[in-house]
Amino acid sequence: MMTLFGIPAAALFGQLLLGLINGAFYAVLSLGLALIFGLLNIINFSHGAQYMMGAFVAWLGLTYLGANYWVALLLAPLVVAAFGIVLERTMLSRLYKLDHLYGLLLTFGLALIIEGVFRNLYGISGIPYAVPKELAGGWNLGFMYLPIYRAWVVIASLVLCIGTWLLIEKTKLGAYLRAATENPALVQAMGINVPIMITLTYGFGVALAAFAGVLAAPIYSVNPLMGSNLIIVVFAVVVIGGMGSIMGSIVTGFMLGLLEGLTKVIYPEAASTVIFMVMVVVLLIKPAGLFGKGA
Amino acid sequence: MLKKALIGAVALTALTAAQAQAQYSDNKIKIGVLTDLSGTYSDLAGKGAIVAAQMAVEDFGGKVNGVPVEIVSADHQNKADIASSIARKWYDAEQVDAIAELVTTAAAIAVREVSKEKGKIDLVSGAASTALTNAKCSTTGFHWTYDTAALANGTANAVVKNGGKSWYFLTADYAFGHDLQAQTERVVKANGGEIKGAVRHPFPNSDFSSFLLQAQASGAQIIGLANAGADTINAIKQAKEFGITQGGQSLAGMLVFITDVHSLGLETAQGMMMTTGYYWNRDDETRAWSKRWSAKMDGKMPSMVHAGTYSSVMHYLKALAAAKTDDGMKVAEQMRALPIKDASGFAINGKIRADGRMVHDMYLAQVKKPSESKGPWDYYNIVRTIPGDDAYQSLADSKCDLVKK
Repeated sequence: MMTLFGIPAAALFGQLLLGLINGAFYAVLSLGLALIFGLLNIINFSHGAQYMMGAFVAWLGLTYLGANYWVALLLAPLVVAAFGIVLERTMLSRLYKLDHLYGLLLTFGLALIIEGVFRNLYGISGIPYAVPKELAGGWNLGFMYLPIYRAWVVIASLVLCIGTWLLIEKTKLGAYLRAATENPALVQAMGINVPIMITLTYGFGVALAAFAGVLAAPIYSVNPLMGSNLIIVVFAVVVIGGMGSIMGSIVTGFMLGLLEGLTKVIYPEAASTVIFMVMVVVLLIKPAGLFGKGA
Repeated sequence: MLKKALIGAVALTALTAAQAQAQYSDNKIKIGVLTDLSGTYSDLAGKGAIVAAQMAVEDFGGKVNGVPVEIVSADHQNKADIASSIARKWYDAEQVDAIAELVTTAAAIAVREVSKEKGKIDLVSGAASTALTNAKCSTTGFHWTYDTAALANGTANAVVKNGGKSWYFLTADYAFGHDLQAQTERVVKANGGEIKGAVRHPFPNSDFSSFLLQAQASGAQIIGLANAGADTINAIKQAKEFGITQGGQSLAGMLVFITDVHSLGLETAQGMMMTTGYYWNRDDETRAWSKRWSAKMDGKMPSMVHAGTYSSVMHYLKALAAAKTDDGMKVAEQMRALPIKDASGFAINGKIRADGRMVHDMYLAQVKKPSESKGPWDYYNIVRTIPGDDAYQSLADSKCDLVKK
């Protein structure tokens, strides 16, 4: 049998595919973060909590309204985005002129409060959420068994990432947004309502987190701390990709998922640290990140 | 004036007479419930353990020989340093006589050290490690509910005897996981089974697909989960997703609480074997007690840690009454002497050994199919009762220096 790095090639392909799937989560989450940082200059530490809220809204919808997975995929991002917009209007918008640190502290505090509230209501062990019937089962690829749901996660994430990138980089709306972050006063003078655009951008970033939360609900334990476990890794992804770089966060998300997948085979104990080692190296060599535009 | 003085004198004599009968320092019994109130273990222990301890005090009548009993509580956040500083404060400044619950081995061991030094009683329920009755054993320290040896003996024995000869482990990469894996390996090998391999995953970890794939490739019949809480839940959920169970491999959760099964749902958890020290729906006695607990806990049902906390606090109160003092050494003596029996139906055939281990019957349980479950929290079939002496480490193997050899 052919081997690579001392591992049978078949097993290696399996692990790489899994890495890609995890990378999809990193990409969607870091995309939201990069968007919010790039356009609002806010380091959104409540991103993990908003991801968790997405998963919980999906469960609440299913339990109390009978809304199935597909409805939740639409509904949860909208509900959580609405919540995010309220936060932005009432609190975050007061901090734009201040140092990044204030936004970071505020969103960190909010994350703790949100998680505390959910922990109080639903306990710590989490709640069950089944894989939707249409996506249950899997394919035997020869080198591994691929659950259909995981394939769906990769496709949905890719579509969402590319769609967002096109929206920001290639459309008129995206151009307004980018212009508004460069020079809000000038864009406002052109008759464009900048505050509303900023608010909606935050809402969109939060919606991405909630969408990832719904994607995660059938495969990960849905519990109040699910976001805080993931958010640190996602921040590392954003830093490696270059703060605020949208394409950077997408590509880095997938790449680091692959790298982590490889580590899980070669030396599993280091799987949770490998991303941070990369972060250290990248920061030393290229402080603005792999795709950053300079400090 | 004279009348008042006379009454005062009479009252004083009465008081000293009562004290001559029973010596309880500062005329109050205080029991501290030190647990995880906010982290990973707050469902299986946490607030429910405080409620259980309060129930024990109420059921005992609220007083020991006329001296009132009070429950205090605190969150140790699963950290050894916080646990030991709270224990010190409680013993030194707040007249706490005993500390109960103590989930998380590191926290339990930290409190054990303080209790030993001060000659105070600790009643460990939630922590798993056998270290508490081996190297860290103490005259005034008790391990009540379960331990890693009992889990391994119960589950691994049954699984190997049912034909699950070859094992592969997914092990949480910290002391508890390593201990649980080692205990289980010992039992598997003793029964003629073989170990195909193990992978140590970071703690905590959310994605297990990669590790499950390695376990799948090993060809082992049984995948042993030497982890706990959200890690176990994630591993089981994803094993189903990756067709591990459909492929003929089975999972053995080495430490699964009823709260974990509740979180997984029967659809995902069905068929899994595990060892537990308590199941609320086992008989009329356990049902009656659990329903009382449930009424105070929004309809949840107690884990073995909750019932164990009740049982240990109840037994402590009985020993206090019998010893007529709150002196730790004398109470510990009574605890070892008195029969263990309480309303929760927890400690069946319970007895406390020299090493502080409360040995009692354990149960091999299998998670029901969704169609078998008759209502909320009706999750287990009890496959077999494991007599306490078979479940726990034998005294002959104990490394505790209190055990005479």
